Amino acid sequence: MKRLLSLLALTIATPAFAETVAIVNGKVATIARAEPIENGTVLIRDGRIVSVGSNVAVPADARVVDAGGGWVTPGLFAGYSRVGIVEVDAVSGTNDIQATSAPYAAAIDIAPAVNPLTTAIAVTRIEGVTRAAVMPDAGNDIFGGQGLVLSLGEGTPITRQQAFQYIVMGEDGARLAGGSRGALFARLADAFAEAAAYARNPAGYGYGRDRGSLLKRADAAALAKVISGEVPAVVSVNRASDIVNVLALKKAYPRLRLILAGAAEGWTVADKIAAAGVPVLASVAPNLPESFEALAATQSNVGRMIRAGVKVAIVPIGRDLNHQVRLIPQQAGNLVAQGRIPGGVQVSHAEALAALTRNPAEIFGLGGELGTLEPGKRADVVVWSGDPIELASAPTALFIDGRETPLVSRQTKLRDRYNPLKQDTLPKQYSR
Amino acid sequence: MKSLVFALASAALLSACAGQQEGPKTAAGKPTRDLPVIDKNPFPSVYKPYASQPTLIRGVNIYDGAGGKIIGGEVLLVDGKVAAIGQSVAAPEGVTVIDGAGKWVTPGVIDVHSHLGNYPSPSVEAHQDGNEVTGANTADVWAEHGVWPQDPGFTRALAGGITTLHILPGSANLFGGRGVSLRNVPGRTVQEMKFPGAPYTLKMACGENPKRVYGSRNQKPGSRMGNIAVDRATWAKAQEYDRKWDEYEGKVKAGSAALKDVPARDIAMDTLRGVLDGEILVQNHCYRADEMALVLDMAKEFGYKVTTFHHAVEAYKIADLLKANGTCAAMWADWWGFKMEAYDGIRENLPFVHAAGGCAVTHSDDDLGIQRLNQETAKALADGNRAGLDIKPEAAWTWIGINAAKALGLDKEIGSLAPGKRADVVLWNGDPLSVYAKAEKVWIDGALMFDALSRMRPVSDFELGQPGEGDPK
Repeated sequence: MKRLLSLLALTIATPAFAETVAIVNGKVATIARAEPIENGTVLIRDGRIVSVGSNVAVPADARVVDAGGGWVTPGLFAGYSRVGIVEVDAVSGTNDIQATSAPYAAAIDIAPAVNPLTTAIAVTRIEGVTRAAVMPDAGNDIFGGQGLVLSLGEGTPITRQQAFQYIVMGEDGARLAGGSRGALFARLADAFAEAAAYARNPAGYGYGRDRGSLLKRADAAALAKVISGEVPAVVSVNRASDIVNVLALKKAYPRLRLILAGAAEGWTVADKIAAAGVPVLASVAPNLPESFEALAATQSNVGRMIRAGVKVAIVPIGRDLNHQVRLIPQQAGNLVAQGRIPGGVQVSHAEALAALTRNPAEIFGLGGELGTLEPGKRADVVVWSGDPIELASAPTALFIDGRETPLVSRQTKLRDRYNPLKQDTLPKQYSR
Repeated sequence: MKSLVFALASAALLSACAGQQEGPKTAAGKPTRDLPVIDKNPFPSVYKPYASQPTLIRGVNIYDGAGGKIIGGEVLLVDGKVAAIGQSVAAPEGVTVIDGAGKWVTPGVIDVHSHLGNYPSPSVEAHQDGNEVTGANTADVWAEHGVWPQDPGFTRALAGGITTLHILPGSANLFGGRGVSLRNVPGRTVQEMKFPGAPYTLKMACGENPKRVYGSRNQKPGSRMGNIAVDRATWAKAQEYDRKWDEYEGKVKAGSAALKDVPARDIAMDTLRGVLDGEILVQNHCYRADEMALVLDMAKEFGYKVTTFHHAVEAYKIADLLKANGTCAAMWADWWGFKMEAYDGIRENLPFVHAAGGCAVTHSDDDLGIQRLNQETAKALADGNRAGLDIKPEAAWTWIGINAAKALGLDKEIGSLAPGKRADVVLWNGDPLSVYAKAEKVWIDGALMFDALSRMRPVSDFELGQPGEGDPK
């Protein structure tokens, strides 16, 4: 009960946006069921979905949005990103991803870094992404700090603060821990033991104030929530043997709620991941042995894990985490395409869509609020010009918490200014 | 004494050679005795097309790469060349027939900007061979000298329909060195991959990278002003070098040259001289519109041509200028925001350049992106048409077809399916502008090099005996 209360406290209530909207004539992929509803209606009232179906009565006071036969889906949920905490990667003052010289690690809460007006949010939003898990990267320790779930709407920016702890294992973790995987697991065990000591008696926790202490008091407090299972741990890990070692942590820390991130070789131990009931945040495209911990990388990785019964959210590839989170539908399309060659794994269109919506929502404990189009859920709804995971498609209307958001970004303004169909007599700077 | 390059490094050795009856030869077979001439091809291609069978693909939809489309057409490949293409073509007896119903054929995809082999997988420190970051002018380095043929990335690119790719040095330097065009065939050596007769290129860079890398070491350039200043000073020297060698070569031709007339050899200047003589094509990394305009003027000042701007994130702002200069722009579909000079990236860059009548090229600069240049093209096409343009899919395919070939000076040989051209062909299992399409078969010079159906795909030495060996990846 205590855990539930604390979760609720950190899930920020969104003020209801008072409007009734009926999206009609849509091919509605509720995600709650496999097949889309043809000629369906989604009724939204005051920020929540009221009803979904082919026989929904449209109230007289509803604003009607005609989907024109186009697909209607839940807003996409990027399960791994840095959207909202960096404006320009190479301009350090605008980049809050990593704290390489901070005295703290696990204690770092990324929430103050969120800038709802950073350009990447609108750029990402207008392509159908309405929520994103945002993680700090590890800079000086294997613990990156506390990430959050972001709303990309124009309302309350943070959906859930301190939603998880980000931990880096594998090659990067070994480096951060001092140079070996052995050191990495020693660091993890020691930090967790210290955190447990803190949890038993916070007032008596003396460590962390002395120079040379291995765990600051604030870090211990943050990690106590991880070992108690109050917040999940998103663990970056790729090599098969590393994955197995991470899964084994549940023996020592039974309340630990693991979420694997990366899992490049996950398919080789997919049965073990599935048996542990641990979900995975993974990308489709990476299929190169980029490192010795990703020798088995393949575009079939996600499909094979899904077939093994692992809950997978499709997340952006590494280079896309800040500005190109919007490309996750392309990855979902590639996942389906991979099933169409011999040796590939069949993944249905519905499964691919679920990996962009319901799965990430459930993985971050928001399955009751987001991820499907069902009565009572927050009205994150996207109307598409075509198949949502096809390259030529784009949103034609977008609702976040029931509020329609214009499909405008700094990029669309540049586009409109320089559109070759547009003739100007004065310099472009006069045109907007 | 292995090569002329080595011989010219020492005047003493040179004179020791002068009286010999049968002097040593370069790999290209040219004699080095008597008065030296510069061997322009000391690491020659040994690539030969692999064995092929006459093949007819029937009932197939075609983007021909030059802006044409045929529904339910035929393509005939004979002796490594495109023999015929049309609605229906005459085929000889005994030809291998492939039913292309529901499938699509395109020319082999060309990537004009890749670092495969130079920055191979695995991306470990020992493999970082793509940029000689030790000086602002490293025109003396050649990308081919850092290509590791066992990079698994080549095999992934092949599965994405790539048949020709251009490897460029990185962008830390103003003059980064020579780029090289490769056939995407597996090889033991880079010479087995080199595109025979392809023009060399010179990688140049403007903007943030050179001034940051050298400025931070308190070296010139430390600003955009310094970038252009060092460029101009270098081109001025190159002109002088060119004059000296032209004069000497004129004397050789006239039979009046003596050993004392031989100018000092400078490997970096050889490359710049090649540019001034129009033999080596400039591939200029440049993001911002204003900088591209300055570079175009600088090229006029020194009498060279910028063949292609790479990345060209703001090409859409000066599409008219690029067209007027006959300069191609090689672009991503949608990358933006990672640094200041990429801040104004928009998704309509490719289509806007195309709509202005310019030479738009889709490039990857990325080992994952190179596997799906068809998809990158499809996204940009859709974005352009959403902005009100009316670009046909077959026109967009020129961005990875004939325009890409032009950007490398190879448009007479590749880039479109026309009789007489190299039979670089991809058979896709659906419309390749759809996300659901995969390359099913890939021919290079008429030889089948990839077949998803029979699981014929190369596996690099590195991946032998590793987890996932032979996986469709």
